[in-house]
Amino acid sequence: MELDFSRGVHYWWALLPEIVLCIWGMGVLIVGVSKRHRQSGEDATGDPTLSGAADLGWLALFGVLGAAFANGWLYGVHEVGSGGMIAVDRFRLFANWILLGAAALTILISFAYVYRQRLQAGEFYGLILLATAGMMFMAAARDLIVIFLGLEVMSVGVYALTAFNRRDRKSAEAGLKYFLLGAFATGFLLYGIALVYGATGSTNVAAIGASVSAGTATPGLLAIGIAMLTIGFGFKVAAVPFHMWTPDVYEGAPAPVTAFMSSAVKAAAFVAFLRVIVVAFPEADDVWYPIVWWLAALTMVAANLMALVQSNVKRMLAYSSIAHAGYLLVAITASNTNAAAGLLFYLLVYTLMNTGAFAIVIGVAHQAEERLQVEDYAGFGWAQPLLGVSLTIFLLSLAGFPGTGGFMGKIYLLQGAADAEQWRLAVILVLATVASYWYYLRIAWFMWMKNPAKPDQHALVVAPLPMQLALIVSVALVLYTGLFPSAALDFARASVAGLGALVP
Amino acid sequence: MTTVLFYVFAGIAIGAAIGVVISRSPVGSLLFMVTTLAAIAGTFVLMEAHFLAAVQVIVYAGAIMVLFLFVIMLLNLGHEAQRDLKGGAFAVVAAGVGGAMAGMLALQLRGADVAATGAGAEAIAAATAEYGAVGAIARPLYTTYVVPFEITGILLLVAIVGAVVLAKRSDA
Repeated sequence: MELDFSRGVHYWWALLPEIVLCIWGMGVLIVGVSKRHRQSGEDATGDPTLSGAADLGWLALFGVLGAAFANGWLYGVHEVGSGGMIAVDRFRLFANWILLGAAALTILISFAYVYRQRLQAGEFYGLILLATAGMMFMAAARDLIVIFLGLEVMSVGVYALTAFNRRDRKSAEAGLKYFLLGAFATGFLLYGIALVYGATGSTNVAAIGASVSAGTATPGLLAIGIAMLTIGFGFKVAAVPFHMWTPDVYEGAPAPVTAFMSSAVKAAAFVAFLRVIVVAFPEADDVWYPIVWWLAALTMVAANLMALVQSNVKRMLAYSSIAHAGYLLVAITASNTNAAAGLLFYLLVYTLMNTGAFAIVIGVAHQAEERLQVEDYAGFGWAQPLLGVSLTIFLLSLAGFPGTGGFMGKIYLLQGAADAEQWRLAVILVLATVASYWYYLRIAWFMWMKNPAKPDQHALVVAPLPMQLALIVSVALVLYTGLFPSAALDFARASVAGLGALVP
Repeated sequence: MTTVLFYVFAGIAIGAAIGVVISRSPVGSLLFMVTTLAAIAGTFVLMEAHFLAAVQVIVYAGAIMVLFLFVIMLLNLGHEAQRDLKGGAFAVVAAGVGGAMAGMLALQLRGADVAATGAGAEAIAAATAEYGAVGAIARPLYTTYVVPFEITGILLLVAIVGAVVLAKRSDA
């Protein structure tokens, strides 16, 4: 099928995955409201896989599945030209797989948490679906206005999810903090978009790129606009020095939401940022290159140093997520084919290993917000060998050990940096990785080498069926991408082909 | 004449914007903000964007700000705010950062008559000449920008659901 965006109705087809997700999200909201009265009568000891809240979880999961089918269908669709507001290219579709995967994993690890914390399941899963649709709009956007609106749909949904746990004061505080700083960052992004429009006369990224390379853009406005855009994206991906909100928000938010924030939100922001950089501003690299270079270097160094001294596991994973944003910013500065493919590959692997690690953190915390210190993991590996081995694999992958997807991801990022002759950033990346071994392996050390404070400390840690599913998928894919990376990498490489002005 | 009026409106807008930040009572901040929005509406009129100016006054200065006022009064925040965020060191740092950014903008834009000659200004002038002030907004809104328009609907839905979830009593 061919799509011609001069006919407005063809946007329906181009946006099919997003539309499926939005409609399904509204459906989950409505079903959630109509089931409310049944949920409240149940006792807390029931099986979380059978309660009323779980029905909504499975329903939401079917929505993600439907959007995934629509996404696969889009592979058979071609667009005429590339001037439309919505991109129908492989890059977007690969990003959609990552985002849908992150949403599916988040829903799977939320079942027991939502049940145990008595969250309003309809709104919880509905907001996850709608926020995911917002992220997919960002991945699809060829227009700065669509990027902004997608970012807002995503952010507003995630603000609400962050403050979702009404019984937890920390959750409310995190939600407010995230909302205020997020709104502030959005202001920067919007101001940047306005200035870029003033300089180039268009919000379409391809038209902006043409205007910049033709030299018709007003230089001063353009430079400030690009700087503001970079700051706006820097806030969303939590790059140092715009990371101040991250540790508190990640620590206070409900754990499944933290997993969702650190993987999906980051992936969406990076995908949109990469498209803007390589399509709109390849010729303006004298403006954004030094900014992004320093962001990458500062983020890698500072985040890893701060992660070293954390004793709360959620907070440690928050700093770890900031550090990973630094590694991914290296790919943005390189902006060549290898780096872009490496970025997609890394985002995919990062989503799997990060969500997997959070799944076990939720399990150890008894589906609540307790027992989050590193000491609470003492002896966990011997008490729950399967979960212990899984968490060890995720930690090794996050640290970047050979044989895991995280290692191959870092190799591809380094390859991209080497192609662009970014030796200093490459060296910082390697040194930062070595430093990160300490804090990841400290948890593994506690798990396997220490004795628990109480002998039956880990007896109550349960991983219900949906969480087991998520763990099996994550472990399998992390190992698969680590041992046989070529399939995923070739896929990523084919996905970035033809995207903007990537240096080969 | 237009230039003089522009500087008058711009001066009011910037002065009132500073007033929003340094005013101690929330109601005072709010009234300064209304002043800013009204002054910006004035600059829109000078750029012959009459429709935008009217919308600015009706929607922002009128409806949204009145709503803000209701919320502030209902939550009984009308008295002086606590000064915990506005201590001396904080004010110095904030003024420094704000001043640095304003200086950067001024340095970049010095001598460049961007408001009249930028590519964006040309695009706006062409659209206004063809469809008029209202048409220049209405036509693209429902044709070229129909996708963002629809996404805005989703955004509003998400915002409403989020607000209701957070504001509702948990045991209702």
